[in-house]
Amino acid sequence: MYRRILRQLLYAAALILAVLVLNFLLIQLAPGDPAEVIAGEMGGASAEVMAAIRQQYGLDKPLPTQLALYLGRALQGDLGMSYFYNRPVVDLILSRLGPTLLLVATALGFAMILGTRLGMLASRNPRGIASALVTVLSLVGYSAPVFWTGLMLVILFGATIPLFPIAGMIDVVKQGGPLVRALDIAHHLVLPALTLGLVYLAQYSRLTRASMLEVLGADYIRTARAKGVGERQVFGRHAFRNALLPVVTVAGMQFGAIISGAVLVETVFSWPGLGTLAFQSILARDYPTVLGILFFSTLIVIIANLLTDFVSRLLDPRLAGGR
Amino acid sequence: MTPIPAFSRRFLLAGAVALTALGTAPSLSAQEAQTGGTLVVASVQKPRHLNAAVQSGIATGVPAAQIFATLLRYGEDFEPQPYLAESWEFSDDSKVLTLTLRSGATFHDGQPITAEDVVWSLGVVKENHPFSSMLEPVEAFEAPDPQTVVIRMKQPHPAILLVLSSALTPILPKHVFDDGQDIKSNPKNNLPVGSGPFKVTAFEPGQHIILERHDGFFLEGRPYLDRIVIRQYQDANSGVLALESGEAQLFPLLDSTRLIRRLEKSGAMTVTDQGYAGIGPVNWLAFNTKSPALSDVRVRQAVAHAIDRDFVTKALHSGLSKPAVEPVVQGSPFYTEEVERYDFDLDKAKALLAEAGFGEGGETLKLRIDYIPDNEEQQRAIAEYVKAALAKAGVEVTVRASPDFPTWAQRVASYDFDMTMDQVFNWGDPVIGVNRTYLCSNIREGIIWSNTQQYCNEDVDKLLNEAGVEPDLARRKELYAQAFKQITTDIPIHFINEVPYHTVWSQAVQNPPVSIWGAMGPMDEVWLKQ
Repeated sequence: MYRRILRQLLYAAALILAVLVLNFLLIQLAPGDPAEVIAGEMGGASAEVMAAIRQQYGLDKPLPTQLALYLGRALQGDLGMSYFYNRPVVDLILSRLGPTLLLVATALGFAMILGTRLGMLASRNPRGIASALVTVLSLVGYSAPVFWTGLMLVILFGATIPLFPIAGMIDVVKQGGPLVRALDIAHHLVLPALTLGLVYLAQYSRLTRASMLEVLGADYIRTARAKGVGERQVFGRHAFRNALLPVVTVAGMQFGAIISGAVLVETVFSWPGLGTLAFQSILARDYPTVLGILFFSTLIVIIANLLTDFVSRLLDPRLAGGR
Repeated sequence: MTPIPAFSRRFLLAGAVALTALGTAPSLSAQEAQTGGTLVVASVQKPRHLNAAVQSGIATGVPAAQIFATLLRYGEDFEPQPYLAESWEFSDDSKVLTLTLRSGATFHDGQPITAEDVVWSLGVVKENHPFSSMLEPVEAFEAPDPQTVVIRMKQPHPAILLVLSSALTPILPKHVFDDGQDIKSNPKNNLPVGSGPFKVTAFEPGQHIILERHDGFFLEGRPYLDRIVIRQYQDANSGVLALESGEAQLFPLLDSTRLIRRLEKSGAMTVTDQGYAGIGPVNWLAFNTKSPALSDVRVRQAVAHAIDRDFVTKALHSGLSKPAVEPVVQGSPFYTEEVERYDFDLDKAKALLAEAGFGEGGETLKLRIDYIPDNEEQQRAIAEYVKAALAKAGVEVTVRASPDFPTWAQRVASYDFDMTMDQVFNWGDPVIGVNRTYLCSNIREGIIWSNTQQYCNEDVDKLLNEAGVEPDLARRKELYAQAFKQITTDIPIHFINEVPYHTVWSQAVQNPPVSIWGAMGPMDEVWLKQ
């Protein structure tokens, strides 16, 4: 058991190192460098200023030296200073990590709970109207691109029926205690979480439906029914719990995807998370920040995978008992 | 202490006139100004930090003009007004400028603003500011006493007054910033202690900047507002939505004519194109004068004649942008009618091309056009139009897109282009924002917005340099007029239109920022009607 965990951690470390090196090299392929962006932001700059910027950030050194310096510092936990925002990358990322996790967790939680319920509902009568509705809904939800759904929601709830704020996470003008702030954040969270969650809601409901239908045809369900277990019990306990396994596995695997989905949603809603930061940093050729974000997302995905493993074991004791 | 030379009566007078001008503050209506309230300013700019002494550009300029006072300020014309300096005088030879500071002015931390702070700040700007031409002729800044600042120049430098205004030369507290760190990367630039009407209390990159009233501001009773919140929006669309929903009240630097028209129609907002004479934003088509076909001036002239500016300003920008015909904008004091305009004339274009050996009988001219990405109306749409317009003159144009700004900047700065749409700002005085595009000495590979056209005409250099040191305004205008005439004849650039920057505000906002620097000027006079 411990050897297994150790091995997984070793893999994770190697993966992180590979991610760091690969990303460092990849980002160098993009044309233009931070000095040009900064000069652009300044409305033009002299050769001396450009040279000073390049020197300040070590961009005048050869690439292998830059890589070695970066890795050396990163291994000591120092992700460097943002070229663009002139503050430590770790600070920038930590201030953005919370909003992203809040958004992703809300979206995923909402998609998970509602999606599995809908899937279950649909599986109860696979040829009924409810099932057809869920299928149509999930097809639409799945095929509509996130940014489109987002923009449509913005137009509907931001302009036509202004129920929800459409940009940002807090209303800086509003003042009040922690409760007011929490409510304000929740208010701002509705549209982005809904947008991000809808795609996954669609997937989970389809997956649950299919998985339920398969499980319901299994022998042990027939046994349960034969011995007189109530239909509620059969659905909720015997079938649903088993049908949930593939959903959990997929959800865990999707954690990486949902973070990349968050980039789009955050951009549409100006949600101050890692996604908007990543987007702006790439445009600004802010290498340390981009690398830092990729590093953090790698970490998150690795942790999410470990957690998925753990949850699967909880749901299915056979997996835990193996070794 | 060095003796101060005698002053010319003319310049003394200028100071006095400006003093009276402040007494009847610009556009202050008969209504009594109300104090208090929070103004939310929508913005799509993303400042790196807030210290405008080492960072130029609009993004930093707007908040910095609120956080830092400058020596002078401007109203709606190009006449300097007192700000931190209450009067100023030039010496007879125009090489020494002496300014007297207001007494009792304090920084946001309560320390007095002295001549020493001013001298130190100007030194920081001279050393670090990206626009090195601003203070290049200055030999020494001196502080003979706490209220007096003396600027000694090696030659007359008439642009100096403009340089001392608004976002260009902020006055920093020496006791805070002079801490041995490199000022360009000083962490204090994120939340600087300033000298202006508002102090910054929060700066979340990509989200908002919060500015609170500075109670010890040196102008009695100002500022009127309690707070300014600059909210950053992802794009102009969401900024306008915020304006319409009442979340924001002021949106400067909006250049989307589609959105401006929409706001105009709604009637709930006031829209103006005033307040951009200082920035002087020009949208143009730049030629790489070293690329084989375009090195022939006739070909460049032909391209210009094939383009209909009216189509751009009327059809593409629904009448909201003004045509541009020369290096400076119409609002500039140096604007002249005496230039080559290259009005739309397809026959002339074809004839010029034929002369150069292209078109019927010759080979087909093939050109490529680049444009700054992420600006539909001002850049991509015009590039597409140029392609269509030149097709009528028998020129084949390919439009090359760049995925993002740095990609475009690198292509242009390394001369990897035939022609490109570009957007360049005048920054108030030709010495700051115009010369750089045309001087032979500014052909510098790798530097965007240098002379990337690789255009060089020594006569033009001579005229521009002479105009830069000419203290007499009328003579200065004349020299620039000659330079612009020559530049338009040589046509390294075909000027298309002035960027239709507009400022939009809701009814509650009074005295919106419409000086030559617009939102890059102090908003101490803005107030909200309750």
